[in-house]
Amino acid sequence: MVRMFDTLSERLESAFKRLRGRGKLTEDQVNEALKEVRTALLEADVHLNVVREFISRVRERAVGQEVLKSLSPAQQVVKIVHEELVGILGGSAKPLSFSPKPPTVVMIAGLQGSGKTTAAGKLAGWLKRKGKRPILVACDLQRPAAVQQLVLLGEQVGVPVVTRDGMSPVEVAAAGVEEAIRTNRDVVIVDTAGRLHVDEELMQEAADIKRRINPLETLFVADSMTGQDAATVAAAFLERVDFTGTVLTKLDGDARGGAALSIAHISGRPLKFISDGEKLDAFEPFHPDRLASRILGMGDVMTLIEKAEEVYEEEQARELEEKLRTAKFTFDDFLDQMRQIKKMGSLKNLLGLVPGVGAQLRGMEIDENQMTRTEAIICSMTRQERGEPALIKGSRRDRIARGSGTTTSEVNSLLKQFDQARKMMRAMAGGGGMPSMPHGAVKQEQRPKSSAEKRKPRPKPHRPNKKKKKRR
Amino acid sequence: MTIIWILIGIAVLGLLLAGVALAGRRGAVEAPKAPPKAGPAAPPPPVVEAPPEPWPGVEIPEAPPVGIPETPPVAEAPRWRDRLSRARQSFGANLTGIFNRGSLTEEDWEDIEALLLQADVGVVATQRMIADLRERSKKETDPEAVVQTLHAELVAILGDGDRSLARNEGGLTIWLVTGVNGTGKTTTIGKLAGRLAREGKSVVLAAADTFRAAADAQLETWASRSGAEVVKHAAGADPAAVAFDGVRAAKARGSDFLIVDTAGRLHTKTSLMEELAKIRRVVEREAGPPHEVLLVLDATTGQNGIAQARAFTEAAGVTGIALTKLDGTAKGGIVIACQQELGLPVKLVGLGEGIEDLAPFDPHAFVDALLD
Ligand SMILES: Nc1nc2c(ncn2[C@@H]2O[C@H](COP(=O)(O)OP(=O)(O)OP(=O)(O)O)[C@@H](O)[C@H]2O)c(=O)[nH]1
Ligand SMILES: Nc1nc2c(ncn2[C@@H]2O[C@H](COP(=O)(O)OP(=O)(O)OP(=O)(O)O)[C@@H](O)[C@H]2O)c(=O)[nH]1
Ligand SMILES: [Mg+2]
Ligand SMILES: [Mg+2]
Repeated sequence: MVRMFDTLSERLESAFKRLRGRGKLTEDQVNEALKEVRTALLEADVHLNVVREFISRVRERAVGQEVLKSLSPAQQVVKIVHEELVGILGGSAKPLSFSPKPPTVVMIAGLQGSGKTTAAGKLAGWLKRKGKRPILVACDLQRPAAVQQLVLLGEQVGVPVVTRDGMSPVEVAAAGVEEAIRTNRDVVIVDTAGRLHVDEELMQEAADIKRRINPLETLFVADSMTGQDAATVAAAFLERVDFTGTVLTKLDGDARGGAALSIAHISGRPLKFISDGEKLDAFEPFHPDRLASRILGMGDVMTLIEKAEEVYEEEQARELEEKLRTAKFTFDDFLDQMRQIKKMGSLKNLLGLVPGVGAQLRGMEIDENQMTRTEAIICSMTRQERGEPALIKGSRRDRIARGSGTTTSEVNSLLKQFDQARKMMRAMAGGGGMPSMPHGAVKQEQRPKSSAEKRKPRPKPHRPNKKKKKRR
Repeated sequence: MTIIWILIGIAVLGLLLAGVALAGRRGAVEAPKAPPKAGPAAPPPPVVEAPPEPWPGVEIPEAPPVGIPETPPVAEAPRWRDRLSRARQSFGANLTGIFNRGSLTEEDWEDIEALLLQADVGVVATQRMIADLRERSKKETDPEAVVQTLHAELVAILGDGDRSLARNEGGLTIWLVTGVNGTGKTTTIGKLAGRLAREGKSVVLAAADTFRAAADAQLETWASRSGAEVVKHAAGADPAAVAFDGVRAAKARGSDFLIVDTAGRLHTKTSLMEELAKIRRVVEREAGPPHEVLLVLDATTGQNGIAQARAFTEAAGVTGIALTKLDGTAKGGIVIACQQELGLPVKLVGLGEGIEDLAPFDPHAFVDALLD
């Protein structure tokens, strides 16, 4: 039931395996591959109608042309799918336009709880770091303590916040723009109340605010966990406030974010920013190619590298390398690594990011519980046993099982797996470089090369407490 | 070069764990297919070297909980239906419309599939349901009957278990409210407090969200609407300590209810999920397991909802779902998978931002709306 490793690349891989050695691909065969794409997109929460249109677009491009002529069909299909996705998501759109005659007015709108106020605060901080002089305006007079929330966020990023009592949201917005002009601020960010797209009164209010302050940018803030409804909501917001771009929030979770594709497709507006954390600096311009990989469930090594950098100290990583290389890997190291990796997020997600691994684990389930159980088993070993697993024989195994609340057969299989893993490492170390995984791992070239090449070296995201593992 | 080794490390670790998981599962009995009243999933054994601590939540007494008397579902259901149909009039296809065309064509089946997919029921659950329905409708010629079968099937999946919130009659009842960011936890608590106040109960709210800007002020505003008391600490304080003080305060005052608000947290953040587990443990140590642990799920949530439900159940022993924002056009189909896979019943629905906009979950109204 739980199918954690059904990523698109591995599905395509198996679809094409069946087709291999049968000459050129027919239209039917392309359709076969696109069936997998369809499922992947649906599971990523892309709206059904968007999926249908998307598929037929890809089919049009693929059949007869590139795929049929290509020597590497899987690569071609993934490449086309990926390129189309990147195109829809915003291609090379600018994150934000600025008015030649300041102040630039930015209005924020969206459903309740999508992350508008947080995004407003983050955007203010981001602009400030870019050398701008932003100001925030608190127009949410509806939600309890919304004004106070924005005031606190403003304090945290060091940006003034305009608040007014006894005025309507439209008037507060206008007062905010006036205040910006008076105090010589060059960007005005107007936070508005969350509203449902079917709430006529509130949608009218949003339209009124927009008309009154005439923003250059209207940002639609959407939660990356949103399902099929994203398309309906985006269509309604587009109609009433004609937004110019989307901010996708809560990307620090494990949602695939297909809602973004629905929104971009329906609205024709680019994604402009992503928000991926509760901390105020977790905000950056949007990179279409990364999200495309994420929606498709393809490995995204960039993300992985960043995650790893967050928790592994340089030296630690080198030590690990040494141990893996020489296969002097003990249960202690294993435990260590397991804990380290836990900090990076769920193992399932991490594995999803490692190119090629998904395919091997196809059909298997990793319960995150398993990590806890394995940890429990290792914790029940003595120091000596952890360093020298060969010592662990019959009665010791029973003891460990009892101590860890697991069964002897679980202990047995851990020992066996561990042994195999060590052998595998030895084999890898012999080969050098990035070894190919055993058993039909996905070949590297399945990642669309073009996008990897196109990807500009990007500045490191600002993450001040990179290594501090404080909560939040 | 180093990153490559980290990659290998992760891969090896993954393989290892998958191998163990597989081996561990082989002999094991298949988990029951989510009986309606199944409790939280079996816990992982504790990692501690100390004697194992019993999993919190399993002990929750099965004593029949008493419903919320002031709000008979009969009175609420029509209102819910009203709201839903008002919001949905202009959206979505109508299933009965599909079938009225006569006999069932391949296209009709695709339409039904589309309906379920667009309600966020999910690819797997949808395909399973469609296959089932096709099998059962083989001999059926009356399209109307097929609709009824699907309707009945969905209602049956959701189950007819007890959906009232468990109480500790005559003593202190504790409800813990959890969920990812921005789903409506604080608002739902405000509504619950309002409802309890109307029953004449005394309520304490613990502001254990010490992270989010102005979270306590938001809760205080809600509390002032119902006359509930708020226990809070300074911003950034240990949330478990707030919960602890909440329990103490509620006991000292002889209050009927304690509702603990927690910060929104993404289920993928291990340390935050640990923090939540700790809040639960502290409450449990002081006053026994919470009578309800609610997961607040936003109806607009897509397939990620099931991962949320799984992780929160694991960390805090969720006992029921509050499905919020059903006053929009989202249908909340993911709760079907939550019920099927995790045995988690929906207990409440949120229908707006007002204090009255909370209703007991009505599977019939829900399925009506889903198929509408
Ligand atoms: N993990 C995570 N949490 C976020 C992110 N963006 C916002 N949040 C959290 O989501 C919750 C809701 O954020 P708000 O900014 O208050 O949302 P809003 O859209 O202004 O809400 P309303 O004004 O009530 O409609 C808060 O708990 C935020 O901390 C993000 O990128 N990642
Ligand atoms: N339309 C509608 N809005 C709701 C409902 N429930 C909550 N909201 C709104 O959703 C937004 C977020 O609600 P909160 O109660 O702050 O959510 P939360 O889960 O406490 O958020 P965090 O503590 O930041 O994680 C607010 O604007 C609420 O008014 C509902 O049932 N319908
Ligand atoms: Mg807000
Ligand atoms: Mg809250």
